[in-house]
Amino acid sequence: MSESLPTVAVIEDEVQMRRFLRASLSSNGYRVLEAETGQEGLNLVAAHSPDIILLDLGLPDLDGLIVTARLREWSKAPIIVISARGREEDKIKALDAGADDYVTKPFGVGELLARIRVALRHATGGGDGCAQFSVGELKVDLARRQIFVDDKEVHLTPIEYRLLSILVKHSGKVITHGQLLREVWGPNLGDQTQYLRVYMGQLRHKLERDPSRPRYFVTEPGVGYRLRDTIEG
Amino acid sequence: MNGELHRPNPDEILRRVVAEEARTKQGKLTLFFGAAPGVGKTYAMLEAARAELEREKRDVVVGVVETHGRYETAALVLGLELLPSRRVAYRGVEVQEFDLDHALVRRPALILIDELAHTNAEGSRHPKRWQDVQELLDAGIDVFSTLNVQHVESLNDVIAKITGVMVRETVPDAMLSQAHEIKLVDLPPDDLLDRLRDGKVYVPAQAQQAIENFFRKGNLIALRELALRTTAERVDAQMHEYRRAQGIEQTWATSENILVAVSASPYSARLLRAARRMASTLHASWFAVYVEPNSARPMPAASVTRLSHNLRLAEQLGAKVVTLTGENAAEALVRFAKERNVSKIIVGKPLAARFRDRLRSSLIDQIVKQSGDIDVFVTAGDPDPGEVVADRPQQTQLHIPSFVVALGIVALCTGLGWFVFGVDQLADVVMTYLLGIVVVASRFGMRPSLAAALLSVAGLDFFFVRPYFTFAVSDLRHIVTFAVMFVVAVVISGLTERVRNQALSARHRELRTNSLYELSRELASAVGSHRVIEVGATQIERMFSSRVNVFVRKPKGALECARASRDDPPPDRDLTVGEWVWSNHKEAGLGTNTLSAGASLYLPLLASGGIVGVLGVTPDEPDRFHAIDQRRHLDAFAVQMALAMERAFLAEETNQVRREVETEQLRSSLLSSVSHDLRTPLAVITGAASTLLQDAPSLSTPLRLELTETILEEAERLNRLIRNLLDMTRLESGGIRVNKEWVPLEEVVGSALQRLESRLKARELKVELPPGLPLVPCDPILIEQALINLLENAAKYSDGPIELRALLMPSEVIVEVADHGLGIPDGQELQIFEKFQRAVRQGSPGGVGLGLAICRAIVVAHGGRIWAQNREAGGASFRFALPVSGEAPMLPPPELAEPPSGDGPT
Repeated sequence: MSESLPTVAVIEDEVQMRRFLRASLSSNGYRVLEAETGQEGLNLVAAHSPDIILLDLGLPDLDGLIVTARLREWSKAPIIVISARGREEDKIKALDAGADDYVTKPFGVGELLARIRVALRHATGGGDGCAQFSVGELKVDLARRQIFVDDKEVHLTPIEYRLLSILVKHSGKVITHGQLLREVWGPNLGDQTQYLRVYMGQLRHKLERDPSRPRYFVTEPGVGYRLRDTIEG
Repeated sequence: MNGELHRPNPDEILRRVVAEEARTKQGKLTLFFGAAPGVGKTYAMLEAARAELEREKRDVVVGVVETHGRYETAALVLGLELLPSRRVAYRGVEVQEFDLDHALVRRPALILIDELAHTNAEGSRHPKRWQDVQELLDAGIDVFSTLNVQHVESLNDVIAKITGVMVRETVPDAMLSQAHEIKLVDLPPDDLLDRLRDGKVYVPAQAQQAIENFFRKGNLIALRELALRTTAERVDAQMHEYRRAQGIEQTWATSENILVAVSASPYSARLLRAARRMASTLHASWFAVYVEPNSARPMPAASVTRLSHNLRLAEQLGAKVVTLTGENAAEALVRFAKERNVSKIIVGKPLAARFRDRLRSSLIDQIVKQSGDIDVFVTAGDPDPGEVVADRPQQTQLHIPSFVVALGIVALCTGLGWFVFGVDQLADVVMTYLLGIVVVASRFGMRPSLAAALLSVAGLDFFFVRPYFTFAVSDLRHIVTFAVMFVVAVVISGLTERVRNQALSARHRELRTNSLYELSRELASAVGSHRVIEVGATQIERMFSSRVNVFVRKPKGALECARASRDDPPPDRDLTVGEWVWSNHKEAGLGTNTLSAGASLYLPLLASGGIVGVLGVTPDEPDRFHAIDQRRHLDAFAVQMALAMERAFLAEETNQVRREVETEQLRSSLLSSVSHDLRTPLAVITGAASTLLQDAPSLSTPLRLELTETILEEAERLNRLIRNLLDMTRLESGGIRVNKEWVPLEEVVGSALQRLESRLKARELKVELPPGLPLVPCDPILIEQALINLLENAAKYSDGPIELRALLMPSEVIVEVADHGLGIPDGQELQIFEKFQRAVRQGSPGGVGLGLAICRAIVVAHGGRIWAQNREAGGASFRFALPVSGEAPMLPPPELAEPPSGDGPT
């Protein structure tokens, strides 16, 4: 049976962190492999091809960004980066280098498990093929290009729609400002995030109950946005 | 009571201790002193050095020794460490010179330097070897050196008279008096002559004749006597010193002061030497005083040079040189003498009494009259040979155009007299001529006006006195008229000239005073040492048409250029000279005795607390600072600048210290605050976790859950605390950059509320954002943090609903966070934004008191403001305003908004 358990590779130098991750992940049905350094982590992933990788950015031997880039040369396993607060640039760099998501220290186990679930779902193609998306009162039908809030259809401008469709495709995952700008407006806008922010605001006004306390379209400060795929409580 | 008297007076002891201290820090100079070359000074020196090396095991190095090929001497050098000499190309010949820098680096305990009176090759740091020795002594290195009596400065003229040979290489008497020991190397004249005959005395071939004249028995006896006497005087002085030290001398006269008046006269040199001799026999200190007249015409260049030379000589002879200003030289001298308790005044006897002196009383008469109980000595002057001759050509310098104009004016007066008054109106014509003379005198000075007077007399005779058109005079009374007219003309021109000179010099002084005033005003308004240096340097550049570099030294650093002149950064050489000036506190470069080869003058910037910098001045005309008044003017500038720089440095230092104290205070309040606030959650976590671990089986499920929740909550509290501490540190250290982007406020608010979701779950929160709020240029992460801190603060200090609203003002957006709590205690509206400040109230919740301080730092970094007030309805209101100027860049036009791939709706 244990063969069928999803495998998580934890690349983390702090013993206490590894202990906590091992305990909480194995009790939630994951098989945990551990590596203490970046080099060890690369060997571990090469040897065992885990389903998902948890990577601490502050490793003693190799920069986490380099580990991410090297892993991406030959591995498609989703990478979730563990980073400290206030290092937003590092997060963006890691995401650009090929990481799928991140958690900020300190984090609760619920948050981590949710990230892992989303990443695994996207990796196995669980979310992508689905033309239907719903969270809370929001329903999106990509096939028919229809959006409903509280079962009432809402009309979007082409740009708003495109923005929403990208967020839906990556639902649950963080998408950086740069990524969204590129996918919606093409490569010419660079880092002119104000366009994105304005359209994001419009989307919230049309789809959120209280746009100043968004429930679906979450801001990831300094990094980008995330469309929640579940709403707790 | 009697015992009291025998004890040396405390001031006296202090002075001796200070002198002793200076002497011990200084190297000791031992002079091997002889009457003539060939008496065996070098030999004696080497023997003594060997004894030091062998007996005392001292570190002895030979700097320079001239063995002159004498075998015995050369043998003594063997076995001593020789300092390599410096090779200098001098007029195409390679000369070996003593290497001072090498010696300073090598730093032996004792160094041997032969021939103290030697003149260094051009391009050396000092022109004279005794200056090298002085520097070695200052560096704390002991020196053995040799000296012949004829090289002693104060004996120079006496010896020239005895031997008929003028010795150019002299050593100031100060070197002798500062010598720790003088060892007389004596050889009876007959023995010396024997040695000379045996070829044991080195005689350069080209000077054979002169040397032979020098080595006459009579000369040698006289020189020997002088050498012995000099040594004896020294022993005498030592004895005095000893008696003073032992308190033997009961009635030690308060040390006497002698004053000698110096002028640009070539005779002053002899006067100075005489004064020096008198001072040394009386153990007196002496002043050489020059009185600069108020209304003086600019002195001819030759006189200026001679005056500088005389003053420098006075300094070398050990006088304190003073320059006074005053119209009446006698009065100024006597006033100074009385102020300084001078007991004897020495003045030179004028060789030929001047015409003016017959009319008024001479300088000497005036001094004698005013001097009261001061003795006045009048000494005959004897010019230094070769100096008087050079003085002559200077006086016949004529300014031709002014004579031409004078001639023209006389011609004009003649014409005027001729056509207006005609002949035989002598009185009127004479008045016309006198007017002309006054005009010439007031414009061109003495000589042209004298010429005009002569011409006028001639014109009067030729045109207006019978027989006309001849210089013959029929009426003898006219001769008297001419004479009277001439004398009147001379007196008038004299007076006019004096007035003119006074006006000139008054203007000159006014300019000088004004420039100094301007400098001090500008320096006073300059803030920071950099500005002070720049202002001072610029003013000096303008005033003296020079280029100015300023060097300063950071604590424990090397000398560095703090201000480079406009066109070139100073070469390394400047830094080297600067270093020397800095460590010796003496001027160097152009026109001085040290490193005078360059085109720049280097002055130490000395303030009350020591040296603050080095001023490097490169005048556009190299001889600019030869003029005494220019130099003094520059010195005055330098003093002003030094004081201003010291003030600026001190202010900066004080600021630095204050900052350090503040940081220290901050650190201690941080420690006390943090240690408490970190320990509380840690204690709770430790307690709860250990309970869970130890009593796991006996705990009921709800209890276990409660303990676990407590751990989580306390951990979150700890996290917030650490986050605030880190934020504050980063904000304070300037480690946080404000990355401004155009952001909708709604997004920032949304993001902040989302982060606080779990903490504010139970609270009612009203958010009012007016529609049409523009994009705000701000750093969303920082502003979000500020909002979070304000909301947390409101949640902590109140229980009711929290309100968050934004207001759009013409050039700013105001964000308000208001609560319905107890409000801010009176008078603490500002204080609460300070670090580690919390509203003081009983039972107030814990916290480090950083949240609001962080808010303020963030808002201020955005160029905004933050304030707090109590609401009328109760509760506190915190507001911050962010400036909004301009508009966000336009949104892209529709065509740009087309998708890169065609998956949009059609």
